[in-house]
Amino acid sequence: MTSLLSLFPHGWQHYLLGGLLIGSGVALLFVFTGRVGGMSSVFSSTWSFVVHRPFFQQARFVGSRGWRLVYALGLILGAFVWWMTLGQQAPQATGVPAWQLLLGGFVAGYGARLGNGCTSGHGICGLGSWQLPSLYAVLTFMATAFITANGLAALSGLSGGGQP
Amino acid sequence: MSAGRHPLASAAVTLLAGALFGFGLSLSTMVQPQVVLGFLRFQDMGLMLVMGGAVAVALVAYKLLPRLMTKPVLDEHFHPHPSTWNRDTAVGAALFGVGWGLSGVCPGPAIAGLGLGNWDLLWALVGLAAGALVQGWRAKP
Repeated sequence: MTSLLSLFPHGWQHYLLGGLLIGSGVALLFVFTGRVGGMSSVFSSTWSFVVHRPFFQQARFVGSRGWRLVYALGLILGAFVWWMTLGQQAPQATGVPAWQLLLGGFVAGYGARLGNGCTSGHGICGLGSWQLPSLYAVLTFMATAFITANGLAALSGLSGGGQP
Repeated sequence: MSAGRHPLASAAVTLLAGALFGFGLSLSTMVQPQVVLGFLRFQDMGLMLVMGGAVAVALVAYKLLPRLMTKPVLDEHFHPHPSTWNRDTAVGAALFGVGWGLSGVCPGPAIAGLGLGNWDLLWALVGLAAGALVQGWRAKP
């Protein structure tokens, strides 16, 4: 038991509870509207408001840009409610250099849209609907993320005090 | 909103669904890139519990509900979203992982960060939006 708990040095309850809440949001959206709500599509669908190239004007973006934006707004609202209550309005920062956030964000944004899904689209919704292509996608991005994160840590000697 | 005959109710439910998602992301600390990078460096396996919990609930909803209900509460039919496996999916997923491993940020937390006053995450949000723009610009419709 102790060896199992050592996998979670910061406790495990908040992870499981948070995951169940995320799943409940996805389920609620599906029960009421029949929609499958991954998160990365909102980046393409919102560009369709201002970019008139044919790619962005596809029905799958134009037809979903309204609800996807509302869904994203809800995401901000939910995070805000947590911050005001359990989060005790503590100042938040990432501790990750800006260039890593910007460059990583760019590559992740490009990749998520090329691959039609991210951690929520392929991860939660794709696995949740038992789709093999999504499982392959999850295994692929987990593998390259492990390699990148560990490679970067090794390169910069940034072991964070806990590198095994 | 193009949700059948109940645009307002549909928008309200969509907002609430997003809020549950955002609250869960915050509670589980997935909005903190350090925690995600800690998982990717095998220091804390919490992300597996988050994903496992979320997938379990989604699985029940996606697989069970269409058998119990003929249509969703506010629309005429369910909108399944089949994923496909091809070269783009493979390359895209691989690139997504590289970016995720570099920043510790994926689309949900980058958006949710706006509600936490975590302005560092704006860098990632700008990056994600720019990446999506360039992808669409280069793509053939």
